[in-house]
Amino acid sequence: MAIPEYWREIKHRYKLEAGKCKSCGYIVFPMRLICPKCQNQDFDSINLSREGTLITYSVIRVASSRFVNQAPFAVGIVELKEGVRILSQITDCNINELKSGMKMQVEFRRIFDDGSSGVINYGYKCVPM
Amino acid sequence: MQQDIAVIGIGLSRWGELWEQSLRDIFVESALHAIKDSGVDHIDSMYVGSMSPGLFNNQEHLAALLADYLGVGSIPSTRVESACASGGLAMKMACLDIMSGTSEIVLAGGVEKMTDVDTDGATLALASAADYAYEVYQGVTFPGLYAMIARMHMDKYGTTEQQLAEVAVKNHLHGSMNSMAQFPQKINVDAVLNSVVIADPLHILDCSPITDGAAAVILCSAEKARQLKLHPQIRISGLGHATDTMALHSREDITALSAVEKAGITALKMSGKKIDDIDLFEVHDCFTIAEICILEALGLFPKGKGGNAAASGKTRFDGPMPVNTSGGLKAKGHPVGATGIAQIVEIVTQLREQAGERQVKNARVGLTQNMGGSGGSCLVHILEAV
Ligand SMILES: [Zn+2]
Repeated sequence: MAIPEYWREIKHRYKLEAGKCKSCGYIVFPMRLICPKCQNQDFDSINLSREGTLITYSVIRVASSRFVNQAPFAVGIVELKEGVRILSQITDCNINELKSGMKMQVEFRRIFDDGSSGVINYGYKCVPM
Repeated sequence: MQQDIAVIGIGLSRWGELWEQSLRDIFVESALHAIKDSGVDHIDSMYVGSMSPGLFNNQEHLAALLADYLGVGSIPSTRVESACASGGLAMKMACLDIMSGTSEIVLAGGVEKMTDVDTDGATLALASAADYAYEVYQGVTFPGLYAMIARMHMDKYGTTEQQLAEVAVKNHLHGSMNSMAQFPQKINVDAVLNSVVIADPLHILDCSPITDGAAAVILCSAEKARQLKLHPQIRISGLGHATDTMALHSREDITALSAVEKAGITALKMSGKKIDDIDLFEVHDCFTIAEICILEALGLFPKGKGGNAAASGKTRFDGPMPVNTSGGLKAKGHPVGATGIAQIVEIVTQLREQAGERQVKNARVGLTQNMGGSGGSCLVHILEAV
């Protein structure tokens, strides 16, 4: 992955930086220029909480080459306390015991490596609480 | 529609793993069939849907390449892209070209040559129809996204893996009656449930295959078609086009395909029809769960009740609301850019009463529904025998 592309996502992937619409209160993650609910363009910057609930999930058994050494691994959609949803891997868990409604904690983790000479790509993953 | 458009020619290339044929070869094969079927001696312009020739074949600028190899000289040619709905979008743009009065006879085509890369290359190319930064980056695949839709549908509405499998069984039954199908073999529920799991709860037999293939249709104004008089007239009476959030997780209801619902409503309104007036459907069953959610979004079944559609026999070719008589993406194959046009080809075949064993009785009005990504874009067309 190109360094500028990686660098500009750090605020989202490391800090869970989101925007709260100053007009209607809707929270966008990642940050956007325009609120999709009311088209307002002014946001307060907030950091999302690191707790949420598993909405749905799957276990990826056939992965792309980038993730093939991690398969099988769980992915899920997690709704954070603020109502914002993210898609991430569910890790440090028994992949056969996942259930919708489980409480999740968002942690900072390694996502994948770009080969031996590339950057290590970090971001968020969820862990059952 | 403001102006009636007619479909006067249809054509498919061979579909499958076509190692001996190139992207340009299969497109030209389908286009020649369509032109011959129509009987026209020229086309004024062409629109071709293709999702990702750049990633599959290291080839962009298809518009010029394909016009060149079709031997149609200097006519305007346009490639359009909307992921797996690229073919449906080419259909729409061809209609608009005629409606604007710019062109009289237009070719709408679709093509994808997917086996020039290995399975991993194809997986990565297809993944580019999802949100790269917030879905693909995390490791999710396309089967994974639809698996999460399936999981939620099962949790919320009690839909079962058997019911998902019934969709595949039904579409393979239809495919067994279609000589153009890539996988014409009949299968049963056990075969689906015992096939390898790709992304829980989806098995490989819940997934549409990787396919090389192309499709083309010839369109003109209804008035022009009356002059040509080669086939029973097939009229396009409605079209709908809508989008939804790119990322699956951004949707309020993960199982609701709102772009499908909106495009369906627009197309029905334009044609002056109700959903009950439609005699048969070709829908985007890229995964078994997709067919279930699409039928609900189109209003054929109440929300959450689509699970039993295939199992009950209602959506079989001889049932009250036949769905995917061609075999669908599942059995016929899914060369992504070609799919939206191939759906039109099947409906026209049925409305001409040329579908052989799988012919739907008294088919007068058909609907196609073509979808991109996890539902981020959708095109619906309604066709009528005149
Ligand atoms: Zn707002």
